[in-house]
Amino acid sequence: MNSANTMKLPAATSRSFAGRLGKGVLYVLLVVAAIVQLLPLVWLLFFSLKNNQEVFNLPAFSLPKELRWENYELVWTRGHIGRYLWNSVWITAVSVGLTILLASFVTYAITRMRWRLSTLVLGLFMIGIMIPVHSALIPLFNMFNKAGLIDSQLSLLITYTAFNLPLTIMILLGFYYALPREVEEAAIMDGCSVNRLFFRIILPMTSSVIATAAIINMIYNWNEFIFVNTFISTDSLKTLTVGVQNFIGQYTVNWGAIGATLMLSILPIILIFLALSNRIVEGIAAGSVKG
Amino acid sequence: MDKVLSNKWVIALYVLPSLLLILAVIYVPLVLTGYYGLMEWDAVSPMEYIGLDNYSRLIEDGAFWASVRHSLVFAVMSTLSLILYLAVAMILSANIRGANLLRKIYLIPMLLSSVAIAQLWLKIYHPTTGILNGFLEWIGIENTPAWLSDTKVVLWAVFIPILWQYAGFYIIIYYAALKNIPATLVEAARIDGATSVQIAFRIKLPLIFEVIKVTIVLAVVGSLKYFDLIYVMTGGGPNGASEVMASYMYNAAFDRREFGYGSAIGFFLLVICLVATWGIRRLTATKDTIEYS
Repeated sequence: MNSANTMKLPAATSRSFAGRLGKGVLYVLLVVAAIVQLLPLVWLLFFSLKNNQEVFNLPAFSLPKELRWENYELVWTRGHIGRYLWNSVWITAVSVGLTILLASFVTYAITRMRWRLSTLVLGLFMIGIMIPVHSALIPLFNMFNKAGLIDSQLSLLITYTAFNLPLTIMILLGFYYALPREVEEAAIMDGCSVNRLFFRIILPMTSSVIATAAIINMIYNWNEFIFVNTFISTDSLKTLTVGVQNFIGQYTVNWGAIGATLMLSILPIILIFLALSNRIVEGIAAGSVKG
Repeated sequence: MDKVLSNKWVIALYVLPSLLLILAVIYVPLVLTGYYGLMEWDAVSPMEYIGLDNYSRLIEDGAFWASVRHSLVFAVMSTLSLILYLAVAMILSANIRGANLLRKIYLIPMLLSSVAIAQLWLKIYHPTTGILNGFLEWIGIENTPAWLSDTKVVLWAVFIPILWQYAGFYIIIYYAALKNIPATLVEAARIDGATSVQIAFRIKLPLIFEVIKVTIVLAVVGSLKYFDLIYVMTGGGPNGASEVMASYMYNAAFDRREFGYGSAIGFFLLVICLVATWGIRRLTATKDTIEYS
């Protein structure tokens, strides 16, 4: 036994040295990957603060000699960035609120109540996750056209809510299944109605998963492109994502202005990310791992 | 309790609004897409029934099949890139210091809109002022390609931002799954003398296979319906060289006003997405699921 130990020792140390070297190399790879992920955005920040001459003549990653905030001033006053921003904020907020409320209702009914078609209904919602929006786009365009909702932001609220319901329900499901039933049983014994139970007990108990689902929804709605691009033609009704796209079209040669517009359009998401990164990560993990 | 929780009125009140909403906004339009595919229709004059003409035109439309081929190329490349993401997640989950910060950094591009990403990469690929060609010239490469206007490289050029955008998303999914594996299992294997490579391939991979299946479906279906970034970056051009199914459908309907033909393409897209989902689940079906607690 003793000899076996001494035999093993050198092998173990050499492996741990190789292991440490290997780990070092792998660590460098991870950091390089992180740099690759960030570099384009750093470059964007830099050229948003330069004028064309500096962009064309100086090295790409040279710091701006003087910070040309006038690029930001130009696009903020010329484009309707403020208007787009407001549209994005309220459309996102209303549709996320609606989606969360409706999805909570459905998830509660599916996980807690007893009814015959619940499996079928759940199936309909889950298949919804795989449906490409493009396959529904032309009929939706026609339906909204007939209903007078083309060029109305109501069309966005409706489609965002409907298309986000499946994923939101999927995120909520796992949490609801794990929720203990004792509290509900006690409440019902005390004569509490289902509605009261849902709003006073269930919703507060699920607040953490609601926050997670809300953030995922928010990112999707904020970045949504095809519905706004198809349904909305009046410039002042557009959201930031699409408004920015049209606005950049007018400034194809002014790099600083384009950079500033892009920076302004991604800034809200970046700020939210800095504040809530843990929840976002958790939401993405929860959304698919459980599927 | 049972009585309260099987009250038909309450169930209807909780479920019907959402159910009607997804039926009206998702399922009815899907059926209508197939139906409109039987029509000649420019969205102005009334529809005209033309039977299966749109679908037979689809079969003979070379440009359409080119777009299908490009979508399939994206699906294959996206699936292959999962290997890269999985490798990163494996390393990251091995008690690396700063793993939490790193995976958040990887995620940032995923949070940005495809429009912003497309506009940014238009600048990166800019033939004279972009950083990519700037870098290539700096390391001494001459005749740098005009990435997005060269029909031979455009498809690959468009794929790079996709790779960049989705990295963090998949890494986070794999990381969460790997962290979910009970440490005792890995410890036991290590005590039995298994190497890190053996642990990765024999223990970790089989245990997260369910998650890998989900990500393959996500990557394939996601690629088949990929649209925003390509539409903004190239519009499918030059000369259709980066056209994918969704952009071909969009251009047919909303540019050329061929809504009937566009619907036929949309219907085909739906069918191929559902078949791909079903097919992948079928191919990767395991007889017994591994359970650990």
